[in-house]
Parts: sequence; structure tokens; C-alpha cells
Amino acid sequence: MVQKRFTPGKALIYLLLILLCATIVVAFWHLLNLSLSPSYIATKGGLLLWPRDATLDNYARVIGNRYIWLGYKNTLIRTAVGTVTQLFFTAMGAYVLSKRFFPHRTFWTFFIVFTMFFSGGLIPSYLVVKNLGLLNTYGAMILPGFISAYNMVIMRNYFQSLPEEIEESCLIDGAGRFRIFLQIILPLSKPILATVALWLVVGHWNSWFDVLIYISDDTKFTLQIVLRRIIITGSKEILDTSAAVSAAATESVVSSEGLKAACIFVTTLPILCAYPFVQKFFVKGIMIGSLKG
Amino acid sequence: MERTGGRIYPGGRSSFLSGFRGYRKHIALALMFLPVVVYFIVFKYVPMSGIVIAFKDYKISKGIFGSAWCGLDNFTKAFRTSTFTRSVRNTLVISGLKLLFGFPAPILLALMLNEVTHARFKKGVQTVTYLPHFLSWVVLAGMFQQLLSPNNGAVNYILKTVFGVKDSIYFLGDNRYFRGTLIVTDIWKNVGWSSILYLATIAGIDPALYEAATVDGATRFQCTRYITLPSLASTIVVMLILNVGSVMDAGFDQIFNLYNSAVYEAGDIIDTYVYRYGLGDMKYALATAVGLFKNVIAFVLVVGTNLAAKRISGSGIW
Repeated sequence: MVQKRFTPGKALIYLLLILLCATIVVAFWHLLNLSLSPSYIATKGGLLLWPRDATLDNYARVIGNRYIWLGYKNTLIRTAVGTVTQLFFTAMGAYVLSKRFFPHRTFWTFFIVFTMFFSGGLIPSYLVVKNLGLLNTYGAMILPGFISAYNMVIMRNYFQSLPEEIEESCLIDGAGRFRIFLQIILPLSKPILATVALWLVVGHWNSWFDVLIYISDDTKFTLQIVLRRIIITGSKEILDTSAAVSAAATESVVSSEGLKAACIFVTTLPILCAYPFVQKFFVKGIMIGSLKG
Repeated sequence: MERTGGRIYPGGRSSFLSGFRGYRKHIALALMFLPVVVYFIVFKYVPMSGIVIAFKDYKISKGIFGSAWCGLDNFTKAFRTSTFTRSVRNTLVISGLKLLFGFPAPILLALMLNEVTHARFKKGVQTVTYLPHFLSWVVLAGMFQQLLSPNNGAVNYILKTVFGVKDSIYFLGDNRYFRGTLIVTDIWKNVGWSSILYLATIAGIDPALYEAATVDGATRFQCTRYITLPSLASTIVVMLILNVGSVMDAGFDQIFNLYNSAVYEAGDIIDTYVYRYGLGDMKYALATAVGLFKNVIAFVLVVGTNLAAKRISGSGIW
């Protein structure tokens, strides 16, 4: 069935696929070279296919900035605390919903799923967070999206597929539901927990809008917002404050283009490093999500 | 087990009441479920009740309940401004273009990947094309800002040196090019990831079909045309319907990070409008009304398209 012959049609397909990949690889490669370029190359621009006069000055400037470190700290806090607590409570709710005998189960499922399709909108949600006094707290980054209805439904489906007999024997032995959930169900559900945990981690790492609207205290800014302020709003804090400190000589070495590129790599590095190893779990995850509801 | 053992709540009038008794019987489960209920009430249903702001002359000092009712004033006010109608038009146009070009792209990619016989090459292409999906639009906007810069961006450099384009193109600053930039960058980010579902469906096709066809002298193209595509049909239809259901979302994250006041004409969508007027100018009532307008249409579309998808495939997304 498999044709080994290399036909023109096939050659064209290979060529198109290589071109598609090239747009992605070259874009990152160019940006990497830009981040390593001294200012006379970076401001001239063009397509940088090879590092010339490579320098780490841009990185030194970025790493020397306290907001990058604060951003890392805040991102790590929200990612760690958010992922663990959200995973636990989502799983717990999903476990309860997976019990066919739970009272008004259909209603509660609807109660949760409905929020996937309709919401109060931006302003009412903002006012709730504000009135709860959550502005400028980590709570504003974690609580508004604490439980995703979608994740919960997927977990519920997984729990339903577990054999009922294991639980029944535990009940006879006198274990309570909560203990069964902790000691039997969770360990049995590692694949789905890992999948959802990965989604939550990436979600927290990449999340920026909640910080933009709920957080104004710049010591609580996450990486994405620090990056956004530097790149998009063009905030000069990295350029200016450190330029004032360092000697005028370095002025000619760094450039805003190079600094922005370095910022992108510094903030994205963990994802780029972890990506090759976790990619296949995400691919599995998408299949879990698309299975019957 | 006895015959009735499987069913704990018999149907009929008493099932509702016995339901409430059930919470006491399963007190542990009920307590475990409580945090979930509290969360959804506080962060989902209370904001839904905040929709009343849309029908009020909302004054922050008076609060939601103290402010006077004003009927549909906020809606009529919004509909009379050209910025609002522009945002509705842009939302539909950008979504439509994304559907037209962005929807077939991953199908095409999956079909092309299916023709690749070198497993490592295929895996390499997949790994590379999935990557942008994991980066936020903040990061990608930063990248595109540099790449598409009219002064020293790599794309304009290539256009000038290789393709002989004379003047720099302001991809992110010119209303003529902004939508095109949105479509292309959106495909660039998502084409690989969206192809996964189609690839999985293709992997499930019975190889015997291809064998039989090849024996009968079918070419690869004929195999694709008469075996692969028909096998993908139901997946394609379901995905298309689900995509139509989300036309009110033209891509807030992407546009908000890429646009600027120079391209509002081509790129300002309902979501960005709500953000600017609501949280930027503190016009809470107006923004809530516009948000509600969008959410109601989106709700009808999503529910309608999901029902349609369910009917076609036998299983929707819920």
C-alpha cells in the first residue's frame, strides 16, 4: 500500500511542509540572533540567519532587571498554587458528579455546563472580583477561573469509566467517600490528572488578561504582563532605568529590538525547554477531550 | 443484588423529595461538592445577575441596586454609535475570513502529512507546527511586531530583496493589511494543533480500503479524494459547525495584543470595544449592554450549532 516511489506530487507536498516549518523555525532563529546582536546589527534589521558579533549584553540587561525576576516569582506562584488547588477541587467535584446516585445529578451537571455557554461578561465579572476585595491579590489570578466546566466534565467521564466494584469493597471495609476519593480514585486517575494539570500549567503560564485588569501593583505582575509592558506598550523601564545606571558606553551595545527579543526568550524559555517532552501528553489530551461526552 | 438494587431513586412524584433526603444520606459527597457549588455561584452566577447593569443608568457611587433603571437606553445608545456597529462588522468579517481560510488549513495539512512516508520527517513537522500553539499571544505579538516591522523587520526585508517590493508594508499599522495579518498569523499559530483531530481520524481509516483501491489501480490522489476525504467528512462537518458557533469570538487575545489605534477601522472587534469602553473609560453600563448583546447571540449560536453537531455525529461536545 505504501508507495516508496518519490513522485512529483509527493515532492511538492514535502516542499510545502518544509516551507511551513521554515516559517516557524526561521522566525524563532531570527529572533534568537536578534537577541544576541549588538545594536548596530539589530537596528539595521533584515533577516538574521547567523549571529554576527554575538553578544550577551541584551540578556545581561534583561536578567539584571528586577521586574523580570518578580515576574518569574509571581508566575511560578500562580502556576503552582493555582494548578494544585484547581486540580484537586475540580477532581473532587467531578468525582461527586460521576456518582449516578448523587441527588439532582442532572441538574448539577447542567448548572456547571451552562456556564460554558453563557457568562455575565467582562464588566460584571470584574465588579464581582473588585467587590470581593480581590484586586491586587493572587486570588484574582486563580479564583475567577478556578474550576473549568470543560475540565470537570472530562474528569467526570474518566471517573465514570472506572469500575464500581473497587469502591464497593472499600465501602464495605468502612472507608468514607472522601478517603476513597483521595486514596483510591486519585491514584487510579493519574493519566487524566496529568493531562488536566498540564493544561492548567500552560494556561497559568500564558495567562495575562486577568493580571492586566485585576492587578495594578507592579510587584505582583506576572511574566506575561512584564513582557507585554516592555514589548507592546513599549514601556521603557528596562531600557531607561538600567541605562541610567550603566555607563554610556553600553548604550551603543544594546538596542530596543535586541532587548525585546531577549525578553521574549527569557520569558518563554521554560516552555521551549519543556515542550519537546510534554508535547505527546497534550496530543493525547486532545483525544481525551474529543471523545464522547 | 436484588432486582431494584441498581436504581436507588424510583421515578415518580417522590423522587424530588427523596433527592433532598439523598444529600443527608450522602453527606460526605454533598460536602465534597459544596466548594464547587459555591465557586460557580460566586464567580459565574453572581456575574450573570450583574447583567442588570445593562438596563440601568449605572452610577458607581449608587451601586448596582441604587442606580435607576433606564430600559434599553444603553443598547440604543450603543447602536447609534458608529464605533459599535463597526465593531460588530469587524467581528463578523474577521471571523468569516478566519473560517474561510483558517478552517481548511489544518485539513489540508493533515492530508499532506498523511502522504508523508518518512515517519521521522512527519514527526518533525508535527513537533514544529504544534509549537506556536503553546505560546501566548503576548509572546507571539512581540515576535510579529519585530518580524513585521516596516523599518527593520525580516518580512519586509525579504519582500524587498527577494520579491522586489518597493515600499515597506505596514502589516500592523495599515487598515488594508491588518485583517490579512490577523488571518495569516492565526493560521501560523494554530494550523498544526488543529490538524491533530483530523490526523487521528485518518489514522482510524481501515487500511484495507487503500489496499483494495491500489490493487484496482487508484493513484494516491484518487485514494485521498475518494477514501480519505469521505472518511473525514463527518469530522469536518462537526468542526465546521462548532467553528460557526463561535463566530462572535474573533480572537480577543490576538487582536488586543496586535492592534493599535491606527487600525481600529479594520480590527476593532466587539470584545476590544467592550474592554476599551468598559474598563478603559469606565462606561460600565454601556460595556455590559454590548457584552450582553454579544453573549446572547453567541449563546444561541453555540447551542444551536452544538445541537446540529450532535445530530450529525451522534455526540456533541457535551
